[in-house]
Amino acid sequence: MGFLRDKHLLGLAETPKEDIELILQHASSFREVLDRPIKKVPTLQGKTVVNLFFEDSTRTRISFELAQKRLSADTVNFSAGRSSLKKGESFKDTARNIEAMKIDCIVMRHPVPGAHVHLINYVNSVVVNAGDGTHEHPTQGLLDMMSLLEVKGNLEGLKVALVGDIKHSRVARSNIHGLLTMGAEVMLCGPPNLMPVNIENLGVSMSYDIDEVLAWSDAVNVLRIQRERQGVSYIPSVREYRDLFGITHERVERLKEPITIMHPGPINRGVEIDSDVADSENAIILNQVLNGVAVRMAVLYLLLGDQPKAS
Amino acid sequence: MKGKALPKLFLIKNGDIIDPANGKRSPGSILLKNGRIDKIGKRISAPEAETYDANGKVVTHGFCDLHVHFREPGREDKETLASGANAALAGGFTEVCVMPNTDPPLDTPQSIRFIVEKGSGLPVKIHPIGAISSGQLGKELTELGAMTGEGAVAFSDDGIPVMDSGLMRQVLEYTIPLGVPVINHAEDLTLKLNGQMHEGTWSTRLGLAGIPDVSESIMVNRDLELTAMTGGRLHIPHVSSAKSVEWIRAAKEGGLNVTAEVTPHHLFFTDGSLHAYDTNCKVAPPIRSREDRQVLMDAVKDGTIDIIATDHAPHTIEEKEMPFDWAPCGIIGLESAFGAVWKVLGEAGMELEQVITTMTLNPRLAMGFEGNLFDNGREAEITILDPDEEWIFFQEHLYSKSRNSPFIGQNLKGRVKATISAGWLFKQ
Repeated sequence: MGFLRDKHLLGLAETPKEDIELILQHASSFREVLDRPIKKVPTLQGKTVVNLFFEDSTRTRISFELAQKRLSADTVNFSAGRSSLKKGESFKDTARNIEAMKIDCIVMRHPVPGAHVHLINYVNSVVVNAGDGTHEHPTQGLLDMMSLLEVKGNLEGLKVALVGDIKHSRVARSNIHGLLTMGAEVMLCGPPNLMPVNIENLGVSMSYDIDEVLAWSDAVNVLRIQRERQGVSYIPSVREYRDLFGITHERVERLKEPITIMHPGPINRGVEIDSDVADSENAIILNQVLNGVAVRMAVLYLLLGDQPKAS
Repeated sequence: MKGKALPKLFLIKNGDIIDPANGKRSPGSILLKNGRIDKIGKRISAPEAETYDANGKVVTHGFCDLHVHFREPGREDKETLASGANAALAGGFTEVCVMPNTDPPLDTPQSIRFIVEKGSGLPVKIHPIGAISSGQLGKELTELGAMTGEGAVAFSDDGIPVMDSGLMRQVLEYTIPLGVPVINHAEDLTLKLNGQMHEGTWSTRLGLAGIPDVSESIMVNRDLELTAMTGGRLHIPHVSSAKSVEWIRAAKEGGLNVTAEVTPHHLFFTDGSLHAYDTNCKVAPPIRSREDRQVLMDAVKDGTIDIIATDHAPHTIEEKEMPFDWAPCGIIGLESAFGAVWKVLGEAGMELEQVITTMTLNPRLAMGFEGNLFDNGREAEITILDPDEEWIFFQEHLYSKSRNSPFIGQNLKGRVKATISAGWLFKQ
């Protein structure tokens, strides 16, 4: 058994504060490993992790794979397009077949919300959610918190804004749950038709005035914008979005206090964020990427590592 | 349920007889002769008759479900007319109406005749509902007259809303001389989009695409307006939202001749029941909020919703084991219907007689069937219930070919003990 309350990491909605703290502590230790000339520890030697990706991903899959390799785990990648999964072999059979080959952990990305809740009914392996549709992306939430912690020193009372398409964002949901658990304040900003209904019930505040939101915040996490999703147009034009919600050079310049700029990637430069804002000294976007490896190492270690024997 | 042919003389003795058609409830016995009602009275002496001791049990009309899916023709792996009939008997139903969304759909006089002929030998009366449009495509009307002639008792493109208001007007008008109701699955598809569950705090938490309550109420309101305009006969299926109830209530208060149904699952569950992505709770229209559920219960109580129908919709395990977005909509509900409904509505203070009326007399009158089942000489359609029995619903209580029931594992109250139909006696 691992060190966390739950056997799996499915989301941050149910993850208790102690577990988030434990993950972040270990992540910062593993972060140091990544600065060594030899970036590898034997921690998960003999453990096998399968990265089961039912949706295209480059950075998250590479980040998980690197985390596994740095921990000396054996890793296997399985990528399947959405369509092949939907028709052919059932989801249940795919998972069971892979598990039958004696593995310890499944890291899964899936386009359908809640797919991981189904997966744990079919397999005994430890399951880590690498993104399930528009539900959660817990390791992203954790790496965002780790990156904030690095520059701010504390999450308690920190004012964090999430800007963009909240409705379709698993990153937003994991950030909301994690940050609120850790005592931060969260404000959402974006077009009203991209706000999920009753989102205030999760404990966040909301505004449609980006300048007011930026003036309020200590840090802003800028979400990727897509004009159209599944044939429905949500944003009339890039120009208009940038005018109303873009994190532009002029907006950031006007702020009295500098704020930390984050983005989970991939960035649409000139759309949701201006190039020079993304590259500015207050932007920690590349730290987020590096911390992603460390956080995933911590999660895998805490879920798969052996408990020291009680004396 | 195990069935056997009724003996020549059969006496249901000392029951608590509820006759919804005449609004009577009294202790007594019913004597059946050759499967027909021979006598109903306080004391009946028939020493030569085989006796069923109904002491402590309610004896009433066989239930009528005007909204089931028996998947024949096309998906006989999920349900057939025969297996669906068994599930109906186990739930106390002696008469059902099957929806036309089969493969191919029931959109021709021949397909209506197929159901009538294939269903005729079964111990439950099976009435086909015909499709409104050819292929359920929402474009051209089917041969509504010829289909009525072959036995279609209503028209619906069930599962597929009639989005075209002009077509809805036409079918409401065209069916006036036919005297059969039009049933439209009310969900505005442009508001539903790829919605998976009720839009509210739970959908936001779970990240599942939401289906707003107004996607239903907008179309319910449209259909009510068209009904008022045309003088057609509308029946509103599976009402799920408080807003729809408001429109129906207002229309009824204005004197419109309209009927409405609610399902046991919309009365029993709330959107919070989907917290673990249970695909057996995935249904169209979706299970809505706690507040909606309360309004639905009140609407049954005050008669705004006059009918309970199961929308029994079988699906395979394989389909329901898919991730939530890909699993089909539908819940089976015949076997669990009474226990679920009486638990919820009884606890809410409703009288048993009224609940029974919503499952017997009201659906029969809505469909133009005979509602007076206790007349002497009629072929017996009788359900015997223990309204006080508390039980847990298990998979082995299912007679359907499918198992997609969220009621499995739930505590129910009130249980069907026996059903008499078409000269047969079925006992638990």
